[in-house]
Amino acid sequence: MSGDHILSVDRLSMRFGGIVAVNDLSFGAERRKITALIGPNGAGKTTVFNCITGFYKPTSGTMQLTHDDGRAIRLERLNDFRISKQAKVARTFQNIRLFPGMTALENLMVAQHNALMRASGLTFLGLIGAPSWRSAEQHAIDLARTWLERVGLVDRADEAAGNLPYGDQRRLEIARAMCTEPALLCLDEPAAGLNARESASLSELLLSIRAGQGTSILLIEHDMSVVMEISDHVVVMDYGVKIAEGTPQQVRDDPKVIAAYLGTDEEEAIAVMESGT
Amino acid sequence: MDYFAQQLINGLVLGSVYGLIAIGYTMVYGIVGMINFAHGDIFMIGGFIALISFLILVSFGLTAIPLILLIVLLVSMAITALYGWTVERIAYRPLRHSFRLAPMLSAIGMSFVLTNYSQIAQGARVKPVPPIIRGGYTLHEGASGFVVQLSNVQIVVVIATIVLLALFTWLVARTRLGRDMRACEQDQTMAALLGVDVDRTISMTFVIGAALAAVAGMMYLLYYGQVDFNMGFVAGIKAFTAAVLGGIGSLPGAMLGGLAIGLIETMWSAYFSVEYKDVAAFSILIIVLIFLPTGLLGRPEVEKV
Amino acid sequence: MNAPPAVSIQASHALGAAFIFKKALISALVALVLFSLMIGVRTEAGPTGQLIYWTRFGDLAAMVATVFGGSIVVELLRQWWGPVGTIRVVPTNVKSALALARRGIAPVLLIFTFLVPVIFYDQRYILDLGILVLTYVMLGWGLNVVVGLAGLLDLGYVAFYAVGAYSYALLATNFGLSFWICLPLAGILAALWGVMLGFPVLRLRGDYLAIVTLAFGEIIRLVIINWQSLTGGPNGVSGIPRPTMFGIPLTPGDDGLAAKLGIEFSPTHRIVFLFYLILALALLTNWVTIRLRRLPIGRAWEALREDEVACRALGINTTTTKLTAFATGAMFGGFAGAFFATRQGFISPESFTFQESALVLAIVVLGGMGSQLGVALAALAMIGGFELFRGLEQYRMLVFGIAMVLLMIWRPRGLIGHRAPTVFLERSQAISSDLVKEGHG
Ligand SMILES: Nc1ncnc2c1ncn2[C@@H]1O[C@H](COP(=O)(O)OP(=O)(O)OP(=O)(O)O)[C@@H](O)[C@H]1O
Ligand SMILES: [Mg+2]
Repeated sequence: MSGDHILSVDRLSMRFGGIVAVNDLSFGAERRKITALIGPNGAGKTTVFNCITGFYKPTSGTMQLTHDDGRAIRLERLNDFRISKQAKVARTFQNIRLFPGMTALENLMVAQHNALMRASGLTFLGLIGAPSWRSAEQHAIDLARTWLERVGLVDRADEAAGNLPYGDQRRLEIARAMCTEPALLCLDEPAAGLNARESASLSELLLSIRAGQGTSILLIEHDMSVVMEISDHVVVMDYGVKIAEGTPQQVRDDPKVIAAYLGTDEEEAIAVMESGT
Repeated sequence: MDYFAQQLINGLVLGSVYGLIAIGYTMVYGIVGMINFAHGDIFMIGGFIALISFLILVSFGLTAIPLILLIVLLVSMAITALYGWTVERIAYRPLRHSFRLAPMLSAIGMSFVLTNYSQIAQGARVKPVPPIIRGGYTLHEGASGFVVQLSNVQIVVVIATIVLLALFTWLVARTRLGRDMRACEQDQTMAALLGVDVDRTISMTFVIGAALAAVAGMMYLLYYGQVDFNMGFVAGIKAFTAAVLGGIGSLPGAMLGGLAIGLIETMWSAYFSVEYKDVAAFSILIIVLIFLPTGLLGRPEVEKV
Repeated sequence: MNAPPAVSIQASHALGAAFIFKKALISALVALVLFSLMIGVRTEAGPTGQLIYWTRFGDLAAMVATVFGGSIVVELLRQWWGPVGTIRVVPTNVKSALALARRGIAPVLLIFTFLVPVIFYDQRYILDLGILVLTYVMLGWGLNVVVGLAGLLDLGYVAFYAVGAYSYALLATNFGLSFWICLPLAGILAALWGVMLGFPVLRLRGDYLAIVTLAFGEIIRLVIINWQSLTGGPNGVSGIPRPTMFGIPLTPGDDGLAAKLGIEFSPTHRIVFLFYLILALALLTNWVTIRLRRLPIGRAWEALREDEVACRALGINTTTTKLTAFATGAMFGGFAGAFFATRQGFISPESFTFQESALVLAIVVLGGMGSQLGVALAALAMIGGFELFRGLEQYRMLVFGIAMVLLMIWRPRGLIGHRAPTVFLERSQAISSDLVKEGHG
């Protein structure tokens, strides 16, 4: 586990009453790389995201985010909204959470809230229509337009987000997260419910985000074609613990991983593998 | 000490009345997730019907007080329950799957309707009745001459509350109706798929809540010896406060919250000032909610994201 | 869930008269039981203090008959109209005419409002009514920020109205401060109260917030009633100074406005002045709100109404965002309160009951949450409708209550069922209110 980690999760545990959703989990996400977090249903992946993004306070463990300039932030010590605001971690949700009654463009404007708040002089400059505010607003609209173009939604900018088809909503949510200009982007099953063509364009989008913005990506995904194609590093979880990690190839050939996915024990999995090849 | 004991008794009796009303709020909230603003007025109607049926029975020459009380109780429960049913049918059912604020406003409207209806029908003046149940027991006579008393009315109120509460708990825990109610509380669509008649179950919830409010109305009449058209509002918000304090959706919580509000109110009046007793009750509500956002017995909610 | 009523309606077509009759009979029977004691018997304290009663079987019969007849009429109407929620096809040209009317209505209404004092100069009653309507328009717009935009349910809005009114009344009567100094102070004080209440309670979920704000409204009213040395208790504060036109009083004296302008004094001047004053205040509220909606803070309010969790994931501090909405709404309520005090010259706790909060909330919800025009129309309809029943003083609240129930059943989403986007790339498209969330509180 060498290399430059933007995020290091160390001995993270999260309990809900009797359920141990995440158990003593440690892993790292490399800077400007795509790290995938995979595992069967109920493995605790979303819970890890919720801890990283501050929606849950972990029972124990630490999560450290190190910015490009070396500034380190302990995520478990921050309130939810500060994680996006100060630590620059953005996320999407497994069950899409857009602002359905607002247009696609408005969704992206809300994402730039903190920057715009400053530019509007905490509303007062904006209220009197100061020129500095006007230019900042135009700048924000331009940024939103850029992202709408990149996710292919610029034609639907003025439509209510709740009216968009499912695949568009998924991409809009990613665009919205990117409008916060994050250092780390956490995507919870972005390819869920997408068809093969849409999945392929999603992969392209993520690769272009990594290359273009230099954003590090942490990805939860069940769609193995996406995972195998774009991730640099894969972490596999089952029942709250890490059972394997490595490159996509290493993970794919790991009997433990196959056993976890098939719900069998290791020997049987090896047997399955051998009979398959 | 004696003074305190006396206030404790008074507070618990008042709390029983609030608790009975609070159950109606909590049940409806549990099942349809709305604040039934008209419930306080249903309590007021219950009081009025108890009063009127009492007057009629007495004028018919009936003298056996226990018999009169039993008939009054049954009549007022029955008619008030029908009020509860009608209110749900007219004002809430058409809005069941609508925008969440709509039933709340409809309920506020219904509350105005009921208040005004009884003002028009029965006049604005307070209706006093002479004490119906007299007498009581002296529990303790202090050295200073202060006597702790437990009046018969207080005994009746507490016993009636306990009996009805037991009956009602049995209803919810053991009967088919109770099971249907709990099923609807969890998931209405699923319950409907499994053959629960959701409309009927919700109607029954309102009926039971109204019947308990009628009991509370009658106890209020017995205890305070008066009713008026305006008594529903304040009693209603206090009972709702009680339901929230206890943890809305929880039946024991409603009773507990009712007792707490009754005690706070009585103690505050006794030791501080009568004028600010309601201020005290509401302030305590705010304070409790700040520290226990789901009330005393409410289940804490973990937000799933 | 909606299937059973639809089926029964179809059945009713088949069964026709017999069904309607049966339904009416059941309604009449229910009415008979409901009204039996409450209307059939009247109680009153007799001369000796003893309660007496007498029967009113005539009234009872009349009521039951009314329910019977009413039920038949309603049922016939329903058959003729079809089930509620049927989508009726509206021809496109009618639709575009409606859209045009909608766009035209706001400017027409505004111009008309400006002309009201000119047209109805001699009709004091209409001017007073206009002032009343505008006061509620302003209150509705103020509460709209909290309920309509931020989606926070505030059932104690009248508390801020009261704070504004008493702030002006007490500052003016005790310290002789002028209206124009007190007006901003009243707004600031109300906003401060909003923050004070909001800070601890805004993290509560919807209905808890509703009950806490309701409790707060009652606390303020009870404190006003009981803190006699400061507020005059139930007797209220009287002799509140009338507003001056920036220092020039509107009185018959030599220093009055009429004398200065060299025109004959008339008490109507003051009414007209008050009319334009509240119009200006209301328009200020409207202007600020429209402005705020296009600023990050306003967008954050609406986003909060749509999805609080997503807001937090985007780095929005939801507590301060809610607080600003609460404080802004409270401030407008405070302004309106100060105006109310100066217009009445006398205030008492009776003006600040829960009914006022309910009325303003009804205006906001009926208006169509978040719609400025809708709120104005709803205020006009509600207060105007209220006025029609002035003669039937004791039936007013009854009618108001019935109207609230019927309006909610008729239009649960309010009069204006669209949300206008705050920013657009190509073309602003109205968003159907079915998509717009109502907030968690
Ligand atoms: N707020 C909560 N309260 C109680 N239990 C929870 C909570 N959140 C998650 N869990 C439990 O933690 C476990 C892990 O859930 P999690 O959602 O993290 O799984 P996942 O790996 O994201 O699964 P999936 O692939 O289905 O999304 C599950 O057993 C779940 O029920
Ligand atoms: Mg998940």
